[in-house]
Amino acid sequence: MDEKLTIFVNGKPISVARGTVIAAAVAQSGATFFRRSVTGEVRGPLCGMGICFECRVTVNGAAHNRSCQALCEDGMRIRTDD
Amino acid sequence: MTDRTGEGAADHHPPYDVVVVGAGPAGIAAACAAGERGKRVVLLDANPWPGGQIWRCEPRKEASSTARFMRQRLKASGAEVMIGTTAYAATCSKRLLADSPGGTLEVSGNALILAAGARELLLPFPGWTLPGVFGSGGLETLAKSGWPVAGKRVVIAGSSPLLWAAAGGLKQHGARIVSMVEQAPWSRLLQFALALAPHPGKILEGFSIKLRLLDAPLHCGSWPLRADGDRLVETVTLTNGQREWTERCDYLACGFGLVPNVELAQLLGCRLQNSFVVVDSQQQTSIPDVFCAGELTGIGGMDCALVEGEIAGLCAAGFPEEAQTLYRRRDSWRRFQDKIAEAFALRSELKNLAAPDTIVCRCEDVRRRQIDPYQNSREAKLQTRCGMGPCQGRICGAANAFLRGWDNDSVRPPVLPVPLAALASHTPMHLASPTEAKD
Repeated sequence: MDEKLTIFVNGKPISVARGTVIAAAVAQSGATFFRRSVTGEVRGPLCGMGICFECRVTVNGAAHNRSCQALCEDGMRIRTDD
Repeated sequence: MTDRTGEGAADHHPPYDVVVVGAGPAGIAAACAAGERGKRVVLLDANPWPGGQIWRCEPRKEASSTARFMRQRLKASGAEVMIGTTAYAATCSKRLLADSPGGTLEVSGNALILAAGARELLLPFPGWTLPGVFGSGGLETLAKSGWPVAGKRVVIAGSSPLLWAAAGGLKQHGARIVSMVEQAPWSRLLQFALALAPHPGKILEGFSIKLRLLDAPLHCGSWPLRADGDRLVETVTLTNGQREWTERCDYLACGFGLVPNVELAQLLGCRLQNSFVVVDSQQQTSIPDVFCAGELTGIGGMDCALVEGEIAGLCAAGFPEEAQTLYRRRDSWRRFQDKIAEAFALRSELKNLAAPDTIVCRCEDVRRRQIDPYQNSREAKLQTRCGMGPCQGRICGAANAFLRGWDNDSVRPPVLPVPLAALASHTPMHLASPTEAKD
């Protein structure tokens, strides 16, 4: 149950429990925003359930992943739009 | 209808007896009822786990006893469960296209049960786009999935019993609830509490949450005016209509009740009334063999969803007589549903929270003054791109339905963004909406 995984958020290693969503790991890393809007505003998650698309991040090089809907996997590399 | 499918590169599954979309309480109950009667059932859900938002898995916490029971029942029912799988289009009422971790799936069945649940109604106010401002259920859902809330000062605002559930849940995860702010006045909440008499379980539930929240001030008849902060929310300014006050917070969890996820039902051409799917006593929609259960038919909560799902599952499996024994229980929960809608009806002041330069469409950064000149969502969309971003108007469309009375009448496949590769594996004919594909 308490098995730990390590993922990298903007290069910083973060240890999380299995079952943690990527958005939560990003928050645990101390990053304060997830992406920039089309006019450059800083944004973070809103709905928490895959509807609003505000929590998009880049996962292992693939952009536009909803971080609230995807689980952390060991060794995953996450980039926010910092 | 002529069968023009089959030439796509999608992974084909043999037809099921019953296809269920949405693995919350309604969908799980439906899949169990049909599966237990020997039907071949598949249950699709976009989330990483079955359970919907209410039973969302928690890395370190045990689910509720009802959730555990239903999960075990689902396992024993023999229903196939496909998680991380988003139904995004339909080639006819019995054939869906879904984006799954393994690519595009084509799933067909003799009956379809839609149980896609609801999302929060999130209304624009100055500062609502700041990081740290969430839906009320939104923050609780994230906390259940590992988002750190321990020691954080949280203001919970908006409306609906969901605020109480969110407050209780967040507190359990160690959050400090600074205050709870419900827009409905005390008088209506009191009436609601009295109307709960036929549902003693609900009274106990509310009472136990209140006990946990004794130290959090509850402001009824109050609502948020704006959130402020430098790149992160720092304060929220609230009002009761007479005076204004400001609370410091790390997070603002703000939602104004729930709106149903009817997009797939709309795509199939199911009849809607007041934005909910119309069903008969067997939970069947206006389209034969397409059933609906849970929040899609009215916001009634988990107990209502469970019994509606059970009825839909039984009827879709061909056991309507058995379902009849559940009608009374369902109808009693439906009356409860009407009482919720009445008690938590939104006040008109909330229509004026957004300032002219407040962003309404967060995907395309469209401000209120840009859409003010237009009379309907279609005009606003064409002129300003309001509702044309990746959420496809799920947030601003629901907000504008309340703020402006606009209908969202233009649902087109794919109902959620899917990778280009998924679309590329299908000919354009597959993506025609079922009504267009008829001729």
